[in-house]
Amino acid sequence: MKQSAKDFKTDQEVRWCPGCGDYAILAGVQSFMPELGLAKENIVWISGIGCSSRFPYYMNTFGMHSIHGRAPAIASGLAITRPDLSVWVVTGDGDALSIGGNHLIHALRRNVNLKILLFNNRIYGLTKGQYSPTSEVGKVTKSTPMGSLDHPFNPVSLAIGAEASFVARTIDSDRKHLTETLRRAALHEGTALVEIYQNCNIFNDGAWDPLKDSEHRDSLMFRLEDGQPITLVDGSRGVVRAANGSLEIADVAEVGIESVLVHDSRNPDPAVAFALSHLSDSVTLADTPIGVFRDVPRASYDSAFHAQIESAKAGGRGDLGSLLAGNDTWEIA
Amino acid sequence: MSKQVVQLSRVIIRFAGDSGDGMQLTGDQFTSRTAWFGNDVATLPDFPAEIRAPAGTIPGVSAFQLHFADHDITTAGDTPNVLVAMNPAALKANMRDLPRGADIIVNTDEFTPRNLAKVGYAASPVDDGSLESYSVHPIPLTSLTVEALRSFDITKKEAERAKNMFALGLLSWLYHRPTEGTLTFLKQKFAKKPQILAANIAAFEAGWSFGETTEDFSVQYEVQPAPMLAGRYRNIHGNLALSYGLIAAAQRAELPLFLGSYPITPASDILHELSKHKKFDVMTFQAEDEIAGVGSAIGAAYGGMLAVTTTSGPGVALKSEAIGLAVSLELPLVIVDVQRGGPSTGLPTKTEQADLLQAMFGRNGEAPVPIVAPRSPGDCFDAAIEAVRIATTYRTPVFLLSDGYVANGSEPWRIPDVDSLPDLRVAFATEHNHTNDDGSTEFWPFQRDPETLARPWAVPGTKGLEHRIGGIEKADGIGNISYDPDNHDRMTRLRQAKVDGITVPDLEVADPDGDARVLMLGWGSTYGPINAACEIARRSGVSVAQAHLRHLNPFPANTAEVLRRYDKVVIPEMNLGQLALLIRGRYLVDAISYNQVRGLPFKGEELAGVIKDVVASV
Repeated sequence: MKQSAKDFKTDQEVRWCPGCGDYAILAGVQSFMPELGLAKENIVWISGIGCSSRFPYYMNTFGMHSIHGRAPAIASGLAITRPDLSVWVVTGDGDALSIGGNHLIHALRRNVNLKILLFNNRIYGLTKGQYSPTSEVGKVTKSTPMGSLDHPFNPVSLAIGAEASFVARTIDSDRKHLTETLRRAALHEGTALVEIYQNCNIFNDGAWDPLKDSEHRDSLMFRLEDGQPITLVDGSRGVVRAANGSLEIADVAEVGIESVLVHDSRNPDPAVAFALSHLSDSVTLADTPIGVFRDVPRASYDSAFHAQIESAKAGGRGDLGSLLAGNDTWEIA
Repeated sequence: MSKQVVQLSRVIIRFAGDSGDGMQLTGDQFTSRTAWFGNDVATLPDFPAEIRAPAGTIPGVSAFQLHFADHDITTAGDTPNVLVAMNPAALKANMRDLPRGADIIVNTDEFTPRNLAKVGYAASPVDDGSLESYSVHPIPLTSLTVEALRSFDITKKEAERAKNMFALGLLSWLYHRPTEGTLTFLKQKFAKKPQILAANIAAFEAGWSFGETTEDFSVQYEVQPAPMLAGRYRNIHGNLALSYGLIAAAQRAELPLFLGSYPITPASDILHELSKHKKFDVMTFQAEDEIAGVGSAIGAAYGGMLAVTTTSGPGVALKSEAIGLAVSLELPLVIVDVQRGGPSTGLPTKTEQADLLQAMFGRNGEAPVPIVAPRSPGDCFDAAIEAVRIATTYRTPVFLLSDGYVANGSEPWRIPDVDSLPDLRVAFATEHNHTNDDGSTEFWPFQRDPETLARPWAVPGTKGLEHRIGGIEKADGIGNISYDPDNHDRMTRLRQAKVDGITVPDLEVADPDGDARVLMLGWGSTYGPINAACEIARRSGVSVAQAHLRHLNPFPANTAEVLRRYDKVVIPEMNLGQLALLIRGRYLVDAISYNQVRGLPFKGEELAGVIKDVVASV
């Protein structure tokens, strides 16, 4: 039977604030799900705590709304033991990068078959508006009346540093790009981290507006496309190699399009992807790349895990009686 | 040359030396041979947390005590008859436990002025007459070993390292232990190092011959085999028995076993052991931290595995929130806590029973978790199976509260017949379990079994049973999020009622005289010392009853009735009275709490004294 987005909707009333960016992501995911070509019962959504983590309740698949920050660990246990399932994690900037940072980096380095959607709104929403690990320095919130002091994480840089084999970024309001990115992530073997810029219209409204505003966005945003020169959408400026080996942005008219770096998400060396993730200005959002930064093949943890088990079993299955007896026994009559 | 042979009914030997001297291995080998010979054996390894503390110092002393007898014994013994002291530190650290008249074998090579000074001996106690009331055997163990290995192509250091085998050979001669098993063991251990193997065997044999020829030992001892139930036996450590119990339970449940764990003393051996048994469908996952250990286990349980996490007290503290999630999700999960001295890092390699209240109450909200505690190394096997039975039958996390003493101790174990193990097969949910008014059907994840109150175990991949669960309160039955006050009250009581209603066997009481007015009540690893104490008391004509709790939550149904039969109830615990608090609160019994937290098990004699005092006061 052919599936549609409707098949993935539940009868539960969606309880995000009206206008929340999560609605767009939910709709995008629900309409993408049929593309997986999987029966609903073979898909599992696991989340931690936070606004985004209510997501599983609205997906008509198996799902678990767990505890703060731990979704990657719980999902790892499920994905490792049940390679027949498609396991998705929904998390937010606080859940994934603050309380759950350890689980996130270890899931990424292991490359467990998980697709992690990180909704980044640069604020704590469910606890009503404290700064988050992705908030810009100087953020005035309830807990930082004189401005926050913490230097923010860049989730893409963090994931690349944690040996992630797939890292991408997309935007809640760009359905087409969101769907394309999910498609790439779903095809990837191992852990895929997708950062989704998501708007919290109550506590941090407009955080990503420069990238959404049709008048300015084309001069602020790079769209990473394999085989294409990395230029701003309007084509005015492009990414080139700097004399010191790092990346810099130059006028295309000045340097010529042939000098502009061509994007290659399959590049085994993570250095360029990392440098790309660091181009943007965390306050103005100027020079922000979106798209797939990195997508390299690496055996998933679960496939290696089961290969070991199969190889152990190849010598015959275990016999409980002889295990318990061991090889040093005696008889008492 | 044959020497006089003296028959003994029991012997307690303590091997003590530097952490690097191989005392644990020596003790283990002596134990294996002794068990194999047919004696009943109980052991107490006692080692420092540091892998190699400074050589020759008291903190670096590693000891292994074993007690073997021609009759049933339950403890590693109170006071050694023989101390093997490989250096002055080992002598000094263990002297206070030695009764007068005990044999002391000292390695005189290590009694140098420098080593003596390190532990504050002004003169060698071997020579200054301070050990007059003991039977001291000064033997240059190191130089005798080096001499015996002169023809081998090994370094002096390697030769010296074999001195523990010399000591083992000597003790094996002294107590008529069979040698064959030790030789087989060495052959396996050093299979890839033929020179070292030959040297160790030669050192062992040299020790044996030394005993035969030296005039220092005029007698040899024999301890006849103990009468035991007929059957096939092996020697087993608690952590090994617990690992085997989990594997056996998984096999009997016909489920793959998943262990999510983070290394921690003294529980890591369970992770090591289970990781060897992939061909039994055992999956082990060394997680990034304690929380991920239990988290991955919860994920695996959701996926239909028999899920386990192993840890010690500090790890339980980290896992608490996730255990609460498992309570809320009502998924089967076994949490193994091999207790050690606390609080905080505490005494990592020493034993304690101070996590009982943490297991019982250490979570936010009303979060009841059943608790099972093994009483001896071999009993870890059965306790693990029982924990699995409760977890899978009632869909609940279960605490298995072991401790350092049972985990590292060993005893002869009658190998169970696999077919006699309980059938633990479970049925996953496969179809809708609720019919709506209009006749349509649905799956309700929190629809309970009327008898056990367990909810269905519905694993992903089951068509038509798609559902969402979480840590937020769920509506009774349908399982949707619910903030309704009455529903929360009902669900809280249902979760409690489910645990309270777990069927556990009645508490058994041993009162051979039939007229005891005092009950000794214990739980977990204090079984051995309490049992020894009761026997000592009874031998001196004092009647006392003994009961031992395996189930701490829920308590056996007849507990109240048992407690009321006695004028006084004494509860010895290696904590400051945690079971006593529960018993007093639950049953309003004015129990006498007797406590010690020294990182070591109780001594039988000491508890016997407590019994006599209490009996005299009744």
